[in-house]
Amino acid sequence: MDRIKVVVNGQACDLGGTGSHTRLLDWLRGAGLTGAKEGCAEGECGACAVLVARPDGPGRSRWTSVNACLPPALAFDGQEIITAEGLGSVAGPCAEEDLHPVQREMADRGGSQCGYCTPGFICSMAAEYYRPDRNPAQAQKETGTGAVGEEHAADHECGPNGFDLHALSGNLCRCTGYRPIRDAAYALGTPPATDPILERQTRPAPAAQPTRTGAGGARFLRPETLGEVLTILQEYPDTKLVAGATDLGVEVNLRHYRPPLVLAIDRLEELRSLKFDDGLIEIGAALTLSDVERGLDGRVPVLDQLFPQFASRLIRNAATFGGNLATGSPIGDSAPVFLALDAQVVLASADGEREVPLSEYYTGYRQSVRKPHEVLRAVRIPAPLAEKAAFYKVAKRRFDDISSVSVAIALQVTDGLVASVRIGLGGVAATPIRATATEETLAGRPWAAGTISEAAGVMAGEGTPIDDMRASALYRSAMLRQALLKFHADKAPAAEVAR
Amino acid sequence: MKSLADRPVNPVVGVPVSHESAQAHVTGTALYTDDLVVRSRNVLHAWPVQAPHAHARILAMRTQPALEVPGVVKVLTASDVPGINDSGTKHDEPLFPSEVMFYGQAVCWILGETLEAARLGAEAVGVDYEPLPSLLTLTEAMAAGSFQGHQPTLTRGEPDQALETAAHRFSGVFEFGGQEHFYLETHASLAVIDDAGQVFVQCSTQHPSETQEIVAHVLGLSSHQVTVQCLRMGGGFGGKEMQPHGFAAVAALGASLTGRPVRLRLNRTQDITLTGKRHPFHARWEAGFDDDGRLQALKATLTSDGGWSLDLSEPVLARAMCHVDNAYFIPHLEVHGRIAKTNKTSQTAFRGFGGPQGMLVVEDILGRCAPLLGIEPSELRRRNFYASGQSTPYGQPVRHAERLTAIWQLLLERADVARRRGHIADFNAAHPHLKRALGITPVKFGISFNLTAFNQAGALVHVYKDGSVLINHGGTEMGQGLHTKMRQVAATALGVPLAFIRLAPTRTDKVPNTSATAASSGADLNGGAVKNACEQISSRLADVAARKLNIHPDDVRFDDGKVTGIGFHDRHLTFAEVVHDAYFQRVPLWAAGYYRTEGLHWDSSRMQGEPFKYFSYGAAVSEVEVDRFTGTYRQLRADIVHDVGDSLSPLIDVGQIEGGFVQGAGWLTLEDLRWDVSDGDGRGRVATQSASTYKLPSFSEMPEEFNVHLFERATESGVVYGSKAVGEPPLMLAISVREALREAVAAFGPGGRSVELASPATPEAVFWAIEKLTPQSAKNSRPSTTTSGP
Repeated sequence: MDRIKVVVNGQACDLGGTGSHTRLLDWLRGAGLTGAKEGCAEGECGACAVLVARPDGPGRSRWTSVNACLPPALAFDGQEIITAEGLGSVAGPCAEEDLHPVQREMADRGGSQCGYCTPGFICSMAAEYYRPDRNPAQAQKETGTGAVGEEHAADHECGPNGFDLHALSGNLCRCTGYRPIRDAAYALGTPPATDPILERQTRPAPAAQPTRTGAGGARFLRPETLGEVLTILQEYPDTKLVAGATDLGVEVNLRHYRPPLVLAIDRLEELRSLKFDDGLIEIGAALTLSDVERGLDGRVPVLDQLFPQFASRLIRNAATFGGNLATGSPIGDSAPVFLALDAQVVLASADGEREVPLSEYYTGYRQSVRKPHEVLRAVRIPAPLAEKAAFYKVAKRRFDDISSVSVAIALQVTDGLVASVRIGLGGVAATPIRATATEETLAGRPWAAGTISEAAGVMAGEGTPIDDMRASALYRSAMLRQALLKFHADKAPAAEVAR
Repeated sequence: MKSLADRPVNPVVGVPVSHESAQAHVTGTALYTDDLVVRSRNVLHAWPVQAPHAHARILAMRTQPALEVPGVVKVLTASDVPGINDSGTKHDEPLFPSEVMFYGQAVCWILGETLEAARLGAEAVGVDYEPLPSLLTLTEAMAAGSFQGHQPTLTRGEPDQALETAAHRFSGVFEFGGQEHFYLETHASLAVIDDAGQVFVQCSTQHPSETQEIVAHVLGLSSHQVTVQCLRMGGGFGGKEMQPHGFAAVAALGASLTGRPVRLRLNRTQDITLTGKRHPFHARWEAGFDDDGRLQALKATLTSDGGWSLDLSEPVLARAMCHVDNAYFIPHLEVHGRIAKTNKTSQTAFRGFGGPQGMLVVEDILGRCAPLLGIEPSELRRRNFYASGQSTPYGQPVRHAERLTAIWQLLLERADVARRRGHIADFNAAHPHLKRALGITPVKFGISFNLTAFNQAGALVHVYKDGSVLINHGGTEMGQGLHTKMRQVAATALGVPLAFIRLAPTRTDKVPNTSATAASSGADLNGGAVKNACEQISSRLADVAARKLNIHPDDVRFDDGKVTGIGFHDRHLTFAEVVHDAYFQRVPLWAAGYYRTEGLHWDSSRMQGEPFKYFSYGAAVSEVEVDRFTGTYRQLRADIVHDVGDSLSPLIDVGQIEGGFVQGAGWLTLEDLRWDVSDGDGRGRVATQSASTYKLPSFSEMPEEFNVHLFERATESGVVYGSKAVGEPPLMLAISVREALREAVAAFGPGGRSVELASPATPEAVFWAIEKLTPQSAKNSRPSTTTSGP
């Protein structure tokens, strides 16, 4: 068995003997680093956040904030981690006070009350402090136009120092009301070039390396190649594939799921492609959403509407599109968007690859045409993209919430007529679905209030929404109708919308 | 004796300082109860068996299979209890029940070498249940006549007659939701039998003395055999006032039986499903106004949902009834209160303690009636403010009532309300699908425990020979900054720099018989006690210094670690020198301080008296923007003027105001507790039992612009250094958000219509409220709601 180790706050620690279901958080706390806390055990509150050195293009790395309550500790074999304790320290009998700038601002400005969520906030804030593309000048330009009431003004929640407040969207505080935390974030300067944590980003992240550990009913494997994964899948079809563990972690923590074999696939190069050419955009299944967001750099505008509404930065730093599509939750937010984009998923097996339209992928609640020995390797979006596209998510909370309903619409208008339209819906059926009846109502008809109104009525009848704690069935239906009306109001010249 | 409110020159109170643990918080080194586990050896972990019925009799329990699970050490059941099998003070909360009273109630606890072993042990326990009929909603309980505890009535004047003669008379029903505390740190206890053989429980508790008492009575011990310590809590908000006791008792029982440390930490799901929450309420009301919009009479019946046991439901109800007037003079009033008994968690204290529920009723009435009276809502509110010389319906004079008007006026100016109203009108005219509105509401909140006996506190102050000071008091730290304030009080009273003062963790063997850190009273009570202890020492030191300086002790001054005489400018002793001399003169350098709030009396059967030392005042204006398509909204701006007396610690107080406001806004807009009320197998289950289904405010719910002003020149006589309590009152300022939403909804309609809004006003609730106003959108049929209009 290989030696299994992780570097925490600059010190190499042995991970040997750690169980395959032991979460990073429990391992850290057991090692005496009790700064990271469990607040919810499902990646909602961020009290467990830590920093991990992740790849950031050739030769560079990026301190990335992630929830420690979800991933197995073994997934960090060979990795480097910093916790709140590692960023700075208080004065003691044998130590000078040495607070990190993020800690200093939070402490001085009343950013902590009970303090329980604070170490997590510190890590999320530190990741943003070190973000290589944090750009004060850009921020000023954006906030200048971010008048309240503008559509997507929330995207401009950005400080004069370029601090993107969404970096904290996965951290909950029950005490402060957030204002002093925001002030602390916006007061941060630029890290000095001599800062060793900053300097670390100029070198590559630790290379992916295989991990093989565990025995009997609790094994954790990180194969080196996709081929190896596919071979193992042939032999053990009940293997649990894991990338960011943002879904698996919840199953382990809340529903006590204990898969006998966990296979980590998030560092396989074959699953980390991001290609764009004239006809196609291909997104590797194991890229994190944050990776994709940076890599696409605005090439798919509707995805840029999705990103800030997809969970939180902490989750987007770990979660993958492959995972979101493969788990097949009817309230996963990416499926409606990819349905509207007419995406295909690429399924790889030992026998080769096949491509399946996403619209034909789901067969039932969390069921799909993917066979047990297949891996969802990538998702492909055909180009050109429709000119009018939008993603609407209705939830109780504006960010970091689960959809009551989500709607993605991609529509092409040619000579005043709807030339093509695809609408993806989440939260209204056992699977993500296409609003086919609505699409038929719109196709070839004038892009005008009358058509839209008629189609909105059809849209309200799509799917089979249910009553639950998030929303009533009636509200869900109403939101389908309203989404189309809102889409028209947003995308049509003002004169056309006036009623 | 110095007056309680007077400040010396150069006081340390009033200086903005960070939380005393801020540096430990930000470096992850501040320890909470569950962080101690890794520092202890041989710890056992506890896991409950939770019943899958809302109401059932336990016919049989088979624990043997659990003991066969590897790593399981012990199953704790009722038969293990040597003392009283009850986790409360009213003896209606069996710790190990024979009858399940709510879905998820713990019927026994497993102790394991690991948490996983304990969990698997719990899965192996077999329990036979006989399901019994259950009551879940307030409607069901009221229909069945299922009530518990007293049913008090508060009356003044002739409400029936006044309603008869009122120019305008309205009535309505309003049922609104509770709130999950969602302190980030869930309940945690770590119990050991310590070196001296006593039971030592480290516990995340707001009420260490009562935790100690319950642990003692469960174990059949005297209180002096049990010590409870609370290092700090990761939030409490009232949720750790009564609720920790049973968990501490289970851990202590396990430690006693096994001789090993026992850790009991609830995970989030267990915490939400096992512990009580803010009481949901049902209100039926009838109100009369004169032609000027002045309230003439109010008749109301308030029914709270107390859950399965009484807990703190009676005092919560009393506070609700004492706050149904909020800031308004209501000459004729009759309010009946009842506590429904339902098969839910035992609802309990939550920041505001019924005050928010009482206030919400009257603010909802004013918000609904204003359009029908043709009076702008904030104007209607202002017209009804208490004036000097008027008394509350329970007979307490409203001292400083003039502050309401002063705060209101200041708020309108600071928040630039007149100009913004114009901008909002322009914006609304230009945006058919978006509407903005302002909501402006006041708060008057009574400070002190309604039960007079709780209004006492103790402190223990040690001065060491080197001049350093260690203070201990009965209050607990849950993030509210109490310890920070107490250090400032001690530094002020002793005339030393803040760095001289260290504060030791709250323990029942240091200060006995303490009250809960609750009712916003932590700083008032413990500050009084700390100040008292320090002044005893200070007066002894003054004698020592006076001899040395050759002056009268009354003329000795303590300031910033220097001891000098009145009028001296070139001669002083250091505090440490005086302390050193005092020791050699055999002058005691420690003192026990005590404080009792003067002048309180309360007759709970007649609901009359003066239960409150004073009232806290404040007002807020909130601006929101509502989206017509979805009912979603944003809080654009909030401005607050709040009266904290002369602030003990401004940074802390502003933090309490902002945090309370956002938490209140969460209760009223976002936080939607749901139970399974179907007749299926899951009946009674909390449907929102995780952070993914129960949403509390995140950064996106913070008002985008947020301005808090402390009301100035606000010295409160008779309170420590002229300050006022701050913990709870600001929560109710968030009613302004709800009223702003109501106004924004109204802006989509034709005007002059009463707007009903469910609470919490989720986007869905706001959407249906708009739909009701705008019949052209009738295609979206609206489900029935729990409110009905005037």
